[in-house]
Amino acid sequence: MHPALSIILFTTSSGAGYGLLFLLGLGGAAGLLPTSRGFGLAAFALALGFVTFGLVSSAFHLGHPERAWRAFSQWRSSWLSREAVAAVATYLPALLLALGWTVAGDLSGPWRLVALLTALGAATTVFCTAMIYRSLRAVPRWHSPWTVPGYLLLALITGGAWLLFLLYLFGETPPTPLLHGMPSAVIAAWFVQTAAWRRADRAAPVATVESATGLGPPGSVRLLDPPHSEANYLLREMAFRIGRRHAAKLRRVTVVSTFALPLAIGLILPFVNRLTALPASLLAALSMSLGVVVERWLFFAEARHTVTLYYGARSV
Amino acid sequence: MTSLPTPAERAGGKSLALLIDLDTCVGCHACAVNCKEWNTGGRFGPLSDRDAYGARPEGAWLNRVHAFETGEEEAGRTVYFPKNCYHCEQAPCVTVCPTGASYKRAEDGIVLVEEELCMGCGLCAWACPYGAREMDPLAQVMRKCTLCIDRIYNEELEEVDRVPACVLTCPAGARHFGDFADPASEVSRLVRERGGYAVMEEMGTAPTARYLPPRVRPRETLAAVEAPEPTDTPGRFLAWVDRLLSG
Ligand code: SF4
Ligand code: SF4
Repeated sequence: MHPALSIILFTTSSGAGYGLLFLLGLGGAAGLLPTSRGFGLAAFALALGFVTFGLVSSAFHLGHPERAWRAFSQWRSSWLSREAVAAVATYLPALLLALGWTVAGDLSGPWRLVALLTALGAATTVFCTAMIYRSLRAVPRWHSPWTVPGYLLLALITGGAWLLFLLYLFGETPPTPLLHGMPSAVIAAWFVQTAAWRRADRAAPVATVESATGLGPPGSVRLLDPPHSEANYLLREMAFRIGRRHAAKLRRVTVVSTFALPLAIGLILPFVNRLTALPASLLAALSMSLGVVVERWLFFAEARHTVTLYYGARSV
Repeated sequence: MTSLPTPAERAGGKSLALLIDLDTCVGCHACAVNCKEWNTGGRFGPLSDRDAYGARPEGAWLNRVHAFETGEEEAGRTVYFPKNCYHCEQAPCVTVCPTGASYKRAEDGIVLVEEELCMGCGLCAWACPYGAREMDPLAQVMRKCTLCIDRIYNEELEEVDRVPACVLTCPAGARHFGDFADPASEVSRLVRERGGYAVMEEMGTAPTARYLPPRVRPRETLAAVEAPEPTDTPGRFLAWVDRLLSG
């Protein structure tokens, strides 16, 4: 599948934003996060900034962005519509919580409910994003049980990495559950990613050129002539191919920068002073964000669509 | 409304689609050309192109003719494979559409895109396993086979012309159009008699359209076609001529 920059930026940036919102909501409700105004302002600015940047860049993928509002209408059947509804609905509690955090400076009582709603909205939105891909049978690489946990965990750990950095930036001590939970979450995300790749590499084909044409009986089917001599929408959108060698290299980049390096940093963070922790946590957040962009690029570039069976692919 | 019609709503409705005879198709692309022609000027047009007369022309077509080879040695053959929307009963392209632009009609099963609603996200084209949807490069809305809905119900046209443009134009008579829900229809009869089949059903799409498989030619016929030998036992008249001439 064509790795469109607008969609890669959308899913990675909004993923980090919703991950951060989720942790702010959960941590806020549990009273684990500092209620200082500066921290609140910076945290929500970053989270909503990520989310908004992502949503805006996704609009660049549309042929008619001015009709995007119509996407709120089909939530009964469409995961993309559900995602749109969840994304916009999450702004309400998130903005309210930002207000409470920075103006009221109080996260008790009803604010706790607002915080929980923010966390719920953030998680729901990422879940819907993942389901858009998970539900497409025509792309077996995406139609996988690992797609949803992968999206959720990557959003969670990128959000967590940025939260750690913000806490150190404002001279706060990160709460123990976050400090200790991060490495486990990174390991879980690493595991899911590895499992997703293994499945993609080993799964039996779901469709073949024989099943796509029904011409199998006399023997194997070969494409003799394509239907058109120039490129078309289908080929540009769905027949993107990446060399195996490049894919292997980019997978290693993903592993090191998304998982290995941030994990190593996460493990030493509890034992270093703030002067070291601040740049280290920034490095972890940046490295992880970059790694997720590479991972998402591969998520598209490595995925093969069944339409390629009509253009020379033997199986998908 | 991108929820598919419920079985109750579909009950009694037609299942209109195409039936393509892969035995007779000669791969002339006339159907594709006439499809483009009608649909660029018809109710759903234009069906645009980019750089149409330049070095790299590219545009939206609703019908594409692929060519495959199958079988080995003397059993091998070339099969032309026209492909357009199969108007699936469980159309995944419809349910994924976030705007309500894509829908399946309850009364005849035709899958359509309402252009004014489409935001050009392209998700429906990803959802179709067959590549039956293409984005219009200029209008930036999704295009697909409409079964020439602006012909088949068009009372301005003569009765005989109320068929899809591709069916009307096929010089080999390889394309049929009809109601697959009606067991008495011509398409249903052909499917029964010739073993009509749907493609990539493992995608759960329940396509309505069918293909008729290439007929299997008996070996003797093939051999006879390949090597027409002069016959050793001429008829009585030829034998008489033969004798006369050699005498
Ligand atoms: S062939 Fe493709 S575009 Fe047509 S109804 Fe089926 S899934 Fe939709
Ligand atoms: S491209 Fe148009 S018809 Fe297709 S899913 Fe998007 S809005 Fe719906």
